[in-house]
Amino acid sequence: MTVLHGRTVVPGVVEGEALVSHETISGWGGIDPATGTIIERRHELCGVCFTGKILVFPGAKGSSGWSGFFQTTRLLGTAPIGMIFTVVTTKAALGAVVTRVPALTDLDRDPTEAIRTGDRLRLDATAGTVEILR
Amino acid sequence: MKLTDDDKAMRDGAEGPAVAAAMDLLIRYGEALDAEHLCDVRNVAGTTTQPSPVKARLVAEGGWEKAFSVINLDADFDSYEALPIPDMKVPTCQLQQGFGPDSVGIAPYPEKFVELQSDAEAFYGRRGVHILATCTPYQVGNLPTRGEHCAWMESSAVVYANSVLGARTNCEGTASTGAASLTGRIPCWGNHHDAHRLGTHLVRADVPVSGFRDWGMFGYFVGELVQEARPVVVGDLARPDLTELKHFGAAAASSGGVELYHVPGVTPEAPDVETAFGGTVPEAVGYGAAERRHVYETLNDQGSCTDVDFVLLGCPHASLDQIRAAARALEGRRLHSGTQLWIMAPRALKDTADRSGYTAVIEAAGGKVLADSCPAMSRSAPPGTKVFATDSAKQAHYLPAILGIEAWFGTLDECVDAAVTGRWRGGL
Repeated sequence: MTVLHGRTVVPGVVEGEALVSHETISGWGGIDPATGTIIERRHELCGVCFTGKILVFPGAKGSSGWSGFFQTTRLLGTAPIGMIFTVVTTKAALGAVVTRVPALTDLDRDPTEAIRTGDRLRLDATAGTVEILR
Repeated sequence: MKLTDDDKAMRDGAEGPAVAAAMDLLIRYGEALDAEHLCDVRNVAGTTTQPSPVKARLVAEGGWEKAFSVINLDADFDSYEALPIPDMKVPTCQLQQGFGPDSVGIAPYPEKFVELQSDAEAFYGRRGVHILATCTPYQVGNLPTRGEHCAWMESSAVVYANSVLGARTNCEGTASTGAASLTGRIPCWGNHHDAHRLGTHLVRADVPVSGFRDWGMFGYFVGELVQEARPVVVGDLARPDLTELKHFGAAAASSGGVELYHVPGVTPEAPDVETAFGGTVPEAVGYGAAERRHVYETLNDQGSCTDVDFVLLGCPHASLDQIRAAARALEGRRLHSGTQLWIMAPRALKDTADRSGYTAVIEAAGGKVLADSCPAMSRSAPPGTKVFATDSAKQAHYLPAILGIEAWFGTLDECVDAAVTGRWRGGL
């Protein structure tokens, strides 16, 4: 079993399935909060739903509406259940805070390489670990 | 994170529950960033009046106080209906929103949202929020001073404030700006620090960058290249004006996440290349004819049908010079029967355009000058729009995904030609 170590962004523990994006994600204009789906046309995950998944991604891009759009997924019940990201920006940090899901960053390995879509993860963001339960 | 005595007092409720919720959010956010402390801000630009289905539901449940509590303060709404919202503690403006009452019958924007928004303006105005209703507050009087710490959202405004004005703001969000407006505090992180304002990448234009379209394409290239980093651009650059810097930054913030750039000899923190980098200057990445061609083709790969239903100008919101240029291009001409043209402007500048006679010329041709919003924010274009043309790299980037329509990107003249003929005939 592989364990990655990182820094707490939002504490909490969650277990679930990983959805890995190798490309940065736009919030405003890039996701549809009503359906929890990535809609940016050129994105590798265009049309894919992240609801109930642990979203693993390099970071946030685009509009400052990022956090508000992910906060809306929480209010509509379409949010991911956890976040693991590589590059810390205000968008991704505030987005994780207002989505209120366990979130981790600054990992000792690139999570978008170490984790594959469909992997079962145990994300202990309080302790700063993510276990890949393959 | 280190908190001052004032921070702790606000957190503990000395200034009421809304301020306490605001400080709680700022502490959670500051810790998420690994910030060492908060800093004072006295210039906040955020989102409050923009309608959404979620906001409409919250307002129905507990009025604007509930909407602000939940959305702008990220307060825990399970435990109370709403928090009493005090006056803004520091100067605060709102940004663009949905369309206003003057758009009824033009933009297919729900009238119930127009009403909701007017109600919001009254609520927030009474609490000291300046209702500027624009993505470009710097065009209508909100000009932070150089070095001033701010809490702004709206990516194109953030990049302008940092780069062109030399103010200091991160790309904030709805909740962090709401919390900053009631506390005058924001995490001191990223762009607030000297070391994080130095250039990271040198980009050299080997082809001339001159005029609105080319500054937009160059910005799109730079953003794609550096992502969230800080580019310093040199080379064959004509001296940019406000509209070109606005467009360059907006494009770089769309294709990447640029929040700060330097143009040596033009922007205030870069008197020369060495100062922009604070020492060692990296090797330059070239922007030549092939790169320019590639950017153009990328921006135009969302178009296949050349029948244009809709032409959109002014994103970010148009300057007076842009409105006048559009009026000159449209003078004595008439739009194609199947094509509409909208120019997006700040309300204060639309008023000036009306009084200057520009709006009348545009309307005589069949075009519209609309304030407060844009098709991306309001998610509305003329009914039946399948293909649109724009001079904005940002709108060409976002609108196909948001509205599911095709896009053409080009110059003002090409866009006006499309509006008059109903055909896209642009090219590089």
